[in-house]
Amino acid sequence: MVRAVCAKDLRIEQRSKVLTSQIMPFALVTLVLFAFALDGDAILERTAPGLVWLAMLFSSMIIVQRSFAVETADGALDALRVAGADMSAVFWGKWFALIVQLIILEVVLVVGAIVMFGIDLRVSGLVLLVTSSISATCGLSAVSTIYAGLASGVRGRESLLPLLVLPVASPVLIGATRSAEAAFGAGGTVVSEGWPWLGLLSVFAVVFSFGGSLAFGPLIDD
Amino acid sequence: MTLDPPSTVSTTSRRGTATAATRAVGVLTIVMIGWLGVFGLLLSPADRDQGDAVRIMYVHVPSVWLAYLAFIVTALASAVHLFGKSHSMQADRVAGASAEIGVVFMAVTLVTGMLWGRITWGVYWQWDARLTTTALLFISYIGYLAVRGLEGSRSQRARRSAIVGLLAVLEVPLVHWSVKLWRSLHQEATVLGTDLDVSLDGLMLFSLFVGVVAFTLLFLWLLLHRSRVLTMIDLSAETGLDAALAQRRAEGGVTA
Repeated sequence: MVRAVCAKDLRIEQRSKVLTSQIMPFALVTLVLFAFALDGDAILERTAPGLVWLAMLFSSMIIVQRSFAVETADGALDALRVAGADMSAVFWGKWFALIVQLIILEVVLVVGAIVMFGIDLRVSGLVLLVTSSISATCGLSAVSTIYAGLASGVRGRESLLPLLVLPVASPVLIGATRSAEAAFGAGGTVVSEGWPWLGLLSVFAVVFSFGGSLAFGPLIDD
Repeated sequence: MTLDPPSTVSTTSRRGTATAATRAVGVLTIVMIGWLGVFGLLLSPADRDQGDAVRIMYVHVPSVWLAYLAFIVTALASAVHLFGKSHSMQADRVAGASAEIGVVFMAVTLVTGMLWGRITWGVYWQWDARLTTTALLFISYIGYLAVRGLEGSRSQRARRSAIVGLLAVLEVPLVHWSVKLWRSLHQEATVLGTDLDVSLDGLMLFSLFVGVVAFTLLFLWLLLHRSRVLTMIDLSAETGLDAALAQRRAEGGVTA
């Protein structure tokens, strides 16, 4: 069931190509706009980790909206429910599909930042960057899936979702930014400074993933 | 003390949501706030370093206490609604009323804190762990109220907001932890004396105590009234259509 939901979401994505044709360009435009706003190479290099994750957070809002727009559009979620699908399985499926899409986006953003903001990624930092990004993505995906499920099918969800998700996701932003900073060596940080953040990101991911799988059923259920 | 409104639907005969008990709480609240004024403004001494600015404390600390109390009540009432056998709608209304009050007093806390900060630290805001957590908490509960305002049936609203209210309990320690870690690793030389851990003078401490008691009573009073108002709103939504029809019929009868 989990795999079916996940495969369905990814197949929809693969066919519609919204991620590659709209969201990635949006994320890259955001990076360019940051460069305009924060004129100066030194500032950009210093703030690159934060900018990458901000762009990531904003773009993720769009992906999440979409992930649930396809469910509510033709009453797909109701159909799943009528079919007797276990809602926590639906949660895990959507959670995982979202992770896959977010990680693709992250790769694009990090490469974009390396090219445009002049970051040099150290090999020792690469391990930290990958592990911390994965745990941050798990947490972000869980929080987004919970709240998008809650807001799905109601009017004004486009503006409600960021209000709900962004404050809750602030530990992810802090943790991911700091560990990316250590991985990039921005501001004279060393790689070892990034590891404590991995603990925070992992706890966040575990808490909200399991919390979400429990809460999702009652949230969707009318 | 019952939370139900005194007269269920007969809003024409009695207006208001007061009962003898809430009147007593209300009067007591006013008396205590009067006392707080006397103690805070007249009797308690000015601070050695901060001068009269320290008197902001008598509003700031009780209101943050009230806000936290309100959010705890919201979480408890949400749990009662969600896990209780009857899925009590009254618990849901208490949760909503409490969150509304909490948000208002969190705003009071932030504003008084900023004013106090401007006077003693020289800046309105500082990215300190406690301040940042408080600000994020404030925004989260605004989100909670937005969820309460969503369309849908009443039971849907109650369940959604109960879950969001409980998720906030998960969120608060994580946000606090992350912000604390953030500040401790990135603490730049601070020019501001943020050390507010002054040993309080006995009279100051007592004034603060008066403030906490006064604000707790205020919370109780507001909570009782607000949840009764919410009950009435729900009742009027239920009976409103019938009443409107009956009224039209009565009008028809009179003119015909």
